[in-house]
Amino acid sequence: MDLLAPPLAKPCSFRHGVHPQENKQFTNREPLERMPFVDTYFLPLSQHIGAPARALVGPGDRVVRGQKIAEPGSYVSTAHHAPVTGTVESIELRPHPNGKLMESIVIRSDPFSDQRLPEKAPLVLGDKDALIKQVQQAGIVGLGGAAFPSHVKLSVPEGKRAEFLIINGCECEPYLTCDHRLMLEQPAGVIRGLQIIMEQLDVGRGYVGVEMNKADAIYKLEALAKPHENIVIVPLAVKYPQGAEKMLIEAVLKREVPEGKLPIDIEVVSYNVGSAVAIAQLVDHGTPLIERIVTVTGPAVSKPRNLLVPIGTPVLSVLEHCGLQVSRLRQLIMGGPMMGMAQKDLDAPILKGTSGLLALDSLQVAEREEMPCIRCGRCLDACPMFLNPSRLAMMARAEWAEELEAHHLMNCFECGACSFVCPSFIPLAQLMRLGKTVVRQHKQKEASA
Amino acid sequence: MTNTPPRLTISTSPFVLEGASTPDLMGKVIYALLPVLLAAAWFFGVAALLLVATACLGAMATEWFFATKRQGLGSLTDGSALLTGLLLGLTLPPGLPLWMAFLGGFIAIALGKLIWGGLGNNMFNPALLGRAFLQAAFPEAMTKLWLVPRFGPEQSFFDFTGFFHVPDSLLAMPLMRASADGFSGATPLGLAKFDGQITEISRVFLGNISGSLGETSALLLLVCGAWLAWKRVLNWRGPLATLLSVLVFGSLLHLIAPESCPPPGFMLLSGGLLFGAVFMVTDPVTTPITSTGLWIFGFGLGLLVVVIRVYGGLQECVMFAILFMNGLTPLINRITQPRQFGG
Repeated sequence: MDLLAPPLAKPCSFRHGVHPQENKQFTNREPLERMPFVDTYFLPLSQHIGAPARALVGPGDRVVRGQKIAEPGSYVSTAHHAPVTGTVESIELRPHPNGKLMESIVIRSDPFSDQRLPEKAPLVLGDKDALIKQVQQAGIVGLGGAAFPSHVKLSVPEGKRAEFLIINGCECEPYLTCDHRLMLEQPAGVIRGLQIIMEQLDVGRGYVGVEMNKADAIYKLEALAKPHENIVIVPLAVKYPQGAEKMLIEAVLKREVPEGKLPIDIEVVSYNVGSAVAIAQLVDHGTPLIERIVTVTGPAVSKPRNLLVPIGTPVLSVLEHCGLQVSRLRQLIMGGPMMGMAQKDLDAPILKGTSGLLALDSLQVAEREEMPCIRCGRCLDACPMFLNPSRLAMMARAEWAEELEAHHLMNCFECGACSFVCPSFIPLAQLMRLGKTVVRQHKQKEASA
Repeated sequence: MTNTPPRLTISTSPFVLEGASTPDLMGKVIYALLPVLLAAAWFFGVAALLLVATACLGAMATEWFFATKRQGLGSLTDGSALLTGLLLGLTLPPGLPLWMAFLGGFIAIALGKLIWGGLGNNMFNPALLGRAFLQAAFPEAMTKLWLVPRFGPEQSFFDFTGFFHVPDSLLAMPLMRASADGFSGATPLGLAKFDGQITEISRVFLGNISGSLGETSALLLLVCGAWLAWKRVLNWRGPLATLLSVLVFGSLLHLIAPESCPPPGFMLLSGGLLFGAVFMVTDPVTTPITSTGLWIFGFGLGLLVVVIRVYGGLQECVMFAILFMNGLTPLINRITQPRQFGG
């Protein structure tokens, strides 16, 4: 970090939220490295919300790295590409990080291939519909974790308009540093992606929101943004969940997304930094989304680092490359420790939305015994959506669907801040999920009645 | 390639915790009460320790008797019974017979907490409920047995004389009347109300006065409260609202009718107000869950305290004021639900 640089502006933020221990120091100085190619890759046809993709290849087909191997199944769906040159072995049910068995394309890599990506001409900008189609065909999705198909947000729905574009570089999850390293090592890509999307959406102002614990990235981005009047780098307070879309919009623009509405309803569109860079690479080099940055960290790996991993690489290979100590591993989390998903199978592959692998050697939460609620109100002060988790948890246990809905449970996006602060170790976030299921089932029952 | 380690655990997010647990919080409050207890012992001699220990014993024995069946030591380990006993003991007059303190501990846990469904479900502050029971059952013992501190106004604070003296009333046999011996004295609030005599503020502040065990030293209570607030164990809004409210209403009444209302500074520091504000208004179970609710709670409590003190017949009224506000808490919670984001 440049000590002579001028002090940053006062950081913006949202109200409420929590301060988990950051634990980013293990990997935030590890430059991006490329994960070596492995034997076998598993590409689930369904990697995100929306319809699964349709396979274009069959067993025995030879595929080249970057070749399209699956077609989008519907509008809210994206294509998939071969992460490696090799042969399609089969299309079969394989373990998926969501815990189920899912239809996946199994590719055996060719050990004699040079694995070079075929060169493609840069795209010609101008035709907006063409870009939307190309982004979908390139398989680009939100790389922050939810993996929402990016092309869907590249057009503004009829009757609405976009005024502001926010690039999300918060990375508020503890441990994760993949977005930090990306902004630090490819700041030009971030700004380029921002400009492409701004032009596509006819947006007047673009922002990049970055938490203050990534000051080095903020300086680099600011230097690049200086010539552009309509691009602002916004330093944000280090607070969880700063990277949640609604919180980010509140922090940057002081606007609240109304209940049940989307950011576009208040003229905002947001993208993760990774997605912005992916779009820039597609436009400038024709590269489809075949690899992503994954932070591999945690006490059970001896060489924590930020890896550029081909999508479809089995989790075990990635962990072993980072010095996994199998005997110490007690819990493996895909994503960050606040919203990630515990894994049961090390054969599951890295997906487009996998931002991190966290190998823990102890259980902080799972072994805690729940105690009675003492109504201390800490969950109310933590909830960024201003809900009353203690009360909602009680209603969820009682399965009061109508009450739950009346108390705005559906606003909850399961950030886990309530569980994090609860001194009685009540699994509040889990009960919120249960409550949502109760509400959905109740609605289905009403609709069918 | 399926060499999955067999111990991989599946659970749902989040996977990290802030760390403070309910027993930790109880423990911190208990630590904060220790200086108050030591001061009480220094002022009133070994009698204070005996009394508080008996109240704790009563509370913990009751918790153990009724609540252990479920699992081992069960709810005894969460520290809440010890805390209730400590709080109860410190609100008792120093000359109270020990058997009454034990009974108070029993009532506090049995009727104040367990009968409602245990920790977190009670509507009224258990310690205060126990004290209210004692006040109703033994009005004479609860209002007459105020001991005079060991030190006269001119005496040094570092004097051991009489530390081990145990007043006869303390050892009264169960169900027998306890009589006050020569040590009995009136509390500053009683003096102000019935004799029109205002005790020096400095004495009230340091604690060298008659009164319940824990309420005598305003200085210590403020320091302990500040420590708890700094450690984020208590929500500072409740105590602050209470004290501000007493200050405002006390000043108003003092300006209107100086003869019936003592000066606001005296109002703030005397009686059980500070003890209640620091250790009772901050009981999370029986006070509002929302921050706005805590402001309302404190505001109402302060108003009640001033009104009862000035117009009521009871001098030691903080207990009833808090119990009354405890009863209002569900309603306060209902009207102060947070406005949800984007709504």
